[in-house]
Order: sequence, then structure tokens, then C-alpha cells
Amino acid sequence: MERMASHYRKSGGRWLGSGILRGMGVTLKNWIGSYFDPSRLVTVCYPGERLPLPENSRSFPFLIYDGDDPEAGLRCVACRICEKECPPECIHIENERDENGKPRKRPAVFDIDISVCMSCQICVEVCPFDAIEMDQIYAISTNARFEPLRLHKEQLLKPNEYFRELSPTRSAAADARREAERAKQAKKKEAGKKG
Amino acid sequence: MWLVIIQLKIGIILTFFSLLFAVASLAERKILARIQNRRGPNRVGPCGLFQPIADGIKMLIKEDVVPRKADRALHFLAPIVMVAPMVLLFGILPYGGGLTLVDLEVGLLFFFAVSSVSELAVFMAGWSSANKYSVFGAMRAIAQMVSYEVPLVLVAITPVMVAGSLSLVHMVEDQAGYAIGVIPNWFVLTPWGIVGFLLLFVTSLAEANRTPFDLPEGESELVAGHLTEYSGFKYALFFMGEYFGIFAGSGLAVALFLGGGGAPLPLLQWIPPYLWFFVKLVVLVGIVIWVRASLPRMRIDQLMDLCWKGLVPLAFVNLIAAAIWHYSGGGWQGWILAGGLLVGAYLMLNRVVLRSRCSWERKYYLAKS
Amino acid sequence: MNVVLFIIAALILVGALATVCVRNLVYCALSLAATFAALGMLYLALGAEFIGWVQILVYVGAVAVLIVFVILLTAPDRMRSVGPLFSRSRILGVGVSLGVFGTIAYAVHKSGSLKGSLSMPAETDMQSIGEELLSSYLVPLEATGVLLTVALIGAVLFAREEPVEGSEESQESKD
Repeated sequence: MERMASHYRKSGGRWLGSGILRGMGVTLKNWIGSYFDPSRLVTVCYPGERLPLPENSRSFPFLIYDGDDPEAGLRCVACRICEKECPPECIHIENERDENGKPRKRPAVFDIDISVCMSCQICVEVCPFDAIEMDQIYAISTNARFEPLRLHKEQLLKPNEYFRELSPTRSAAADARREAERAKQAKKKEAGKKG
Repeated sequence: MWLVIIQLKIGIILTFFSLLFAVASLAERKILARIQNRRGPNRVGPCGLFQPIADGIKMLIKEDVVPRKADRALHFLAPIVMVAPMVLLFGILPYGGGLTLVDLEVGLLFFFAVSSVSELAVFMAGWSSANKYSVFGAMRAIAQMVSYEVPLVLVAITPVMVAGSLSLVHMVEDQAGYAIGVIPNWFVLTPWGIVGFLLLFVTSLAEANRTPFDLPEGESELVAGHLTEYSGFKYALFFMGEYFGIFAGSGLAVALFLGGGGAPLPLLQWIPPYLWFFVKLVVLVGIVIWVRASLPRMRIDQLMDLCWKGLVPLAFVNLIAAAIWHYSGGGWQGWILAGGLLVGAYLMLNRVVLRSRCSWERKYYLAKS
Repeated sequence: MNVVLFIIAALILVGALATVCVRNLVYCALSLAATFAALGMLYLALGAEFIGWVQILVYVGAVAVLIVFVILLTAPDRMRSVGPLFSRSRILGVGVSLGVFGTIAYAVHKSGSLKGSLSMPAETDMQSIGEELLSSYLVPLEATGVLLTVALIGAVLFAREEPVEGSEESQESKD
């Protein structure tokens, strides 16, 4: 008798069909609940809606400019540190030159081949001017193998506001750094004037 | 004039069931998706409402592939033989309110005779496809349908006994009226009626090859059973035949046990009976979908056990209970006698099945030594 | 009415001939089913609703399906024909069929239903069929039931494999 009772318990109930009813109850709860409880309907209709990315997610680098005009507000000074540091050598920079052929402190060409880029963020770490940052773009398939994946300066340039939206923490830090730097410069200038 | 009215009725009935087919195929996907925490089709039209249209167009313009070794004539005939009897079944359902098409004196017999023809269609489909999966699927389907026809007919006999007629219309008339002014006199509200309705529902599921009895199409082992080699419009016809089978089975259950077009409350009698009939039918179809989402597929031996050791004995007991009910006049004596008999049968089955499950221990022939 | 009867008779004849003459087992089975269905139609055309639908239910829905199931179970080679159209014992066959036909013809002739004055019976309703079955024909009905049960049990007995004592061991020792 004892054994039978334990077997009843093990077999999930002592009434035939109770398991079926319980199962139907579970599915019914799930069905009705899916109309009220968002946690029962976890699918995100991807191209239409997207989940917010975590702040520290990163895909490929982009260039930051200040203000409204990308050319005027360009932070990059074409120092080419990132080009040298880039492990897969996917950054290509050419300096702008004046009429005498003397290089100016501006890039004429700034290309990143994102088919080669490995998203290591080293370019961001080494940039002394906070001019290059990591983007979060991901749906970037193209219909050709080489040229469309080679992003030019025009495609890479994005305003600082975009970066602020993308990553508030990092952009705030960068802004603070730049502010401190500017203050230091101003102080120096003042000291220079005085001296 | 008479011909026009008949044709109008046929038009209404066929339109309704075709529409219901479209809606049911969408609702099934939607409800299944919701139950499984998905969203279901939501691309075509608002909330995916036009999905059936898109599906229909897709089925129509798809290539009709016939395997090279297939028997072309039978391969072509099978979907037709599948759908035609199912459409015929709609003719005798007692919608009531002047929409009833034919009141056959042997309506129930007609229903079973015609619906059993679809088994031949399954065989034709399976055999003509020249595919092992198809043949095995057809074998399973036929074995299942032949076995489940026994309890199905046994259960359907009980209302015949009580109503004293094979005509579905007569049976619905027998369930008209209300006890104590509010409770409808439906057969489902009698002890033998509840059991009979449940048995009829289960056996109709098995007859229509629906989950949890969809072994003939068990995709994990048989690809798609007898439908493996069908594509395009022929497949759509099979699909339609299956759905029509479900509708007809639900319609039979409504007519036999749920009072046909009778309103559940005397207050609601102003709604025409055919609307009640369709509402009940749609609810039953919804339950079929719900069951599909809830229960896993059975194994073939479990399927046969359930039929021959569970449903057939229960159907016989139910037959006796209905006879007792009939001769005891259907009052409280009927409830005690028939109800007691059925509860006793359930308890006994409970005991037998659960005990057998208890004493059953898995034997590991290979792992032991 | 007569036209319908002739069409149905033609259907039955064609179906029956196809059952015997077609050399593909599956086609034979299906034409047999068609013949059964046509026979059911004949009953219906003669106003015997009950018998007609029972014919279709039992013969098309059960007998033909079981035949077909046996074909599936035994799975004969699809391409192989069943054999020559005329078997070697054809003379015996012709004799037997002629005998059967003669007997039936004699019986029909004797019964007087061909005398011309055959009046259509009044529409038989289910009620009277049921009452007849359970009163005058009760014994044959019950006997048929017992017969079918015996056949069922016999089939089960045949189908059940008796576990033979020590069969496994003897097999093993053989190996």
C-alpha cells in the first residue's frame, strides 16, 4: 500500500487525465498571458524593432567631429598613430597638402577597411585627440566584397552628439578630457602671454 | 425557386466553411505561436490577417512535383478523393433555422459511410507516391483510422439510442427545450453525454490525424507521412481535406451532444440557431487547436492501447449507461445509476492504468550486463 | 429511373471486370472498392437508404480498406504483375462461376420477382428495419454477431505468437 502511494505520487497524480488537464491549463495561461504579460512574448520583430545595445558594445571605429560642419570640426589631425598601431593594418591615412606639398594637419583620405578591421579598439586607445571612437552599427551587409566595405572619410565622420547618444559614459569622459586639455592650453597661452 | 434556395444554402455553407478554413489555418498558427511565446505570422496585412491569402497564392503558383516513379493517376486522384467526401459531410449537418440542407433519415450512417472513404484517399496518396515514408505514413494512418472508427461509432450510437433516430435533425430536436427553465436539455449535460462527448472528441481527433494522434505525419520519423511527395495545390487540397474533416467532426459533436443550434440560455433564443451552431463549431475547432498546442504526440503502441484498452471498453460502458438513463426516465435515478456506473468505470480504469504504470519498470537489457 | 439504373449497372460491371482483369494489385483493390460503392448506389437508387449506406460503410469503408491495408502490409513488388490473366484452372473456374450464376438465376426466377408486377415497397423507415431486426430476425442477427466474434478471436489466436519454451536458447546454441 505504501509502495503504491509513492508510485502514485511519482507518476504525477492519482487521477487519470489530471496530467492532461494540468498541461492544458499551463498552455491556456500562457496563451492568455501573452496578451497581457510582455515577459510571455519575448520575440522582438527584428528589422522593425531592435533591442537596445549595451553601452560597451562595439563594432567598427568612426571619426568624431565637433559642431555642425564635418570638415571644420574634424578632430583628427592626421598624426597617423592609429594607422601605425592598427594590428590588421586596416586604416589608411593620407595627409592634406598645401600648394607647396607640405603636409597639413588634416587627413585628405581616411579609409577604414571594415572587412579587415577586427574591432580591437586599439586605435581608440592610442588616439591622443579622442578623434576616433567605436561605433555600434551592425546590419552592414553589402552587395560587393571590397569597395562598399571600405569606409571613406565621409562615411566615417559622425557628430559628437551621435557619440554622446551612443555611449554617455565614454563620451562624457572624452569631453571632460578635452575640456581639461583646452583649459590647460588656455592657461599655457595665458602664461605665455604673461611671460 | 426551390432550386435557387437550395443553391443559396449550399453557397452559404460552402462559403462559411471555406472562410473558416482560411481563418482556422491562420488562428492555428497564431494561437500556437502565442502559446509557445512566439508571435506567429504578422507580416501580411494588419496583424498578419491576410496570411491565408498569401498562403493560397503561394500554394497555387507553386510547382506541382510528381515523383518520376509515382503512379500518376492515383497521385492525382488522391487529393480529390480526400476532399470530396469531407465536403459531402457538410450537407447533412443540422444547422437549423432553415439552413439545414438535407435531413437524411440515416444521417449518422451517411456521415460514417462517407467519412470512411477518406481512408482510401490516404492509401492512394501513400502508395502512389513511391516513397517509403509515404507508405509507412499511409499504413499508420489507416491502422489508426480503422481502429478509432470502432469507439467512434460506439459512442455515436448512444444519442441514437436515446433519441430513437439516426437523423441528425431529429437528434437536435430531441435536445431542444430547457430543464427548470434555464438548463438546456443537451445530451452533454447527462452523465453518459459528458463521457460520450469526450470520447467522441478524442476519437474525432484520431480520425482527423490531429495531435496528439498525428503519428501518420510524425515529421521526426516519417517526414510528412503520406503527404511527403505532395506539393503545391495538391498538398493544399489535402490540408483542406484534413481541416474539413475536423470541421465535420466538430459539427457532428455539436449535433450529437451540444444540442445543435440550440441556445445555451432561453434568453438568447432570438439569435438564429445556425449562428449558435457555427459558434459551437468554432469553439470546438479552437479547442482542437489548443489541444494540439498542449499535448505531445503519442507512440504507436500507446495509441493502440488507448483505443482498444481504454476507449472501446469505456464506449461500451457508456452504451450501457445510456440505456440505463433511458429506461430510468432521466431523473435523479438516472443520474445516480448511470453516473455511478460511469464513475465506477473511471475509477476502475484509473486503478488499472495507474497500477500497471506503477508495476512497470524499465528493463535495461543491454546496459545491465 | 431506368437510365440511372443502367448507368449504375454498367459501373458495377466495369468495376467487377477491372477487379479481375487489371494486372496491378492496387488497381484491383481500388476497382473492387469502386464496385462496392456502385453497388451501394444501386441500393440507394432502389430506395433502400439504410442498406445502401451500410454497404458503403462496411464494404468501402472497412472491407476495401482492410484489403488495401493487407496490400500495404505485404508490400508486393510494385512493378511485378500478379500473374497471367487466365489461370491454369480456368475451366474449373468457369464451371464454378456458371454453377453459382445458375443457382442465383434459378432462385431469382423462382421467387417470382421477375413476373413484372413488382411494386415498389413503401419507403422503409429505420424504425421498422430496427424492429424487424430485433424481433423476427433476432436469432440470425445474434448468430452473426457470435460468428464475427469467433472469427475475431480466431484471428487473434492465429496472430499471437506463442512463446516457445527455450526457443531463444536453442537459437543461440545453433549460432
